[in-house]
Amino acid sequence: MVSKKSKTWHWSQDVHQLFKKIGIKQVAYVPDGGLAKLLERCQADKSMRSVVLTTEEEGVAQMAGAWLGGQRGVLLTQSGGVGNCINMLSMMQECRIPLLSLVSMRGEWGETFPWQVPMGQSTIPALEAAKVIVHHVDQAEKVPETVQAAAKLAFDANRAVAVVISQRISGSGSKG
Amino acid sequence: MAARRKITLDRRKVVANILKDRGDLLLVTGLGAPTWDAASVEDNPNNFYLWGGMGGAVLTGLGLALAQPQRRVLVLTGDGEMLMGVGGLATVAVQKPSNLAIGILDNQRYGETGMQETHTEHGVDLAAMASGAGFQTTSTVYNAAELKTAIPMLYNTPGPVFVDVKVTAEDQPMILPPRDGPTLKHRFRENLLGSI
Ligand SMILES: Cc1ncc(C[n+]2csc(CCOP(=O)(O)OP(=O)(O)O)c2C)c(N)n1
Ligand SMILES: [Mg+2]
Repeated sequence: MVSKKSKTWHWSQDVHQLFKKIGIKQVAYVPDGGLAKLLERCQADKSMRSVVLTTEEEGVAQMAGAWLGGQRGVLLTQSGGVGNCINMLSMMQECRIPLLSLVSMRGEWGETFPWQVPMGQSTIPALEAAKVIVHHVDQAEKVPETVQAAAKLAFDANRAVAVVISQRISGSGSKG
Repeated sequence: MAARRKITLDRRKVVANILKDRGDLLLVTGLGAPTWDAASVEDNPNNFYLWGGMGGAVLTGLGLALAQPQRRVLVLTGDGEMLMGVGGLATVAVQKPSNLAIGILDNQRYGETGMQETHTEHGVDLAAMASGAGFQTTSTVYNAAELKTAIPMLYNTPGPVFVDVKVTAEDQPMILPPRDGPTLKHRFRENLLGSI
């Protein structure tokens, strides 16, 4: 593994390795630029099934099915996708089904694209209103340990958890 | 748009027929009447009933089917519930789960909320949508003979399989299975995996 001090290190390397270590078998997403490197690594990995969704709420339901069938999965979403998930999250809360989710923020740190701002600013309040536990992280080096902690809370303590990855890490975007 | 034919099938009898020889089938039911239909046959630990999460039945089935490739998984849901998550047909078709089948109890109504018409009443053809998404096996069933042909498809034809069963729009007595979420989850997992 490349040292964290190296210029070529990216948090997605360690997070992908962590996914393997904790037995993530289903990776569901609608693509987002901030997650692109992680998506590529997961897609290239035959030990996990990548599932491209038409809308993020599909991924919430898929994660429920995966857990019922004895597999662990992860839902990767842009902050905009959180808005698409709200009603489906009731299933996780009501059944106490684990949900591990990584949310790539837009409409936040240094955003220049105005249409991302409304949902970006609603993302954390919406997650909290839906009783999803939020771990916010704004330093790249801290993403892997945060995902690891979130995975324990999700799969061992049966909770819905979102690791919200600040736009400070992915860089300010000006595209969708 | 589908050709209009007379709808005669009774949903309770349809579901009883589908589940008669279910073996070790894993069943996911969509909210409302499909859940009560399944419960009217028997409450089985291999059933996972959705009591909410409208639009999520098919993707719950996909997650389960991918996790349990050796087991047949059937999603039974309503036309309204299917329409809310209709993009999921594309997601499923791309994944090609060979062990997943979807059966729609299509009364062309939002039954639970007062029998309001759904889009299928106006000709929207769910089987054609599944076919357009890439399902190789699809069927629309109007009568007992067609149902007899379709049931083995739900169990044996390599998936994903999609069968739209046209059923009459009649209220049936509510038969309520357990609805406590953790209970349903625990018993399903315990029965399937031997642990919770
Ligand atoms: C997100 C959401 N919107 C609306 C409802 C209200 N609702 C509950 S059941 C139902 C109708 C379901 O229709 P269908 O799936 O066709 O089942 P049927 O009762 O006709 O068999 C609706 C609209 C809901 N529960 N959730
Ligand atoms: Mg209906």
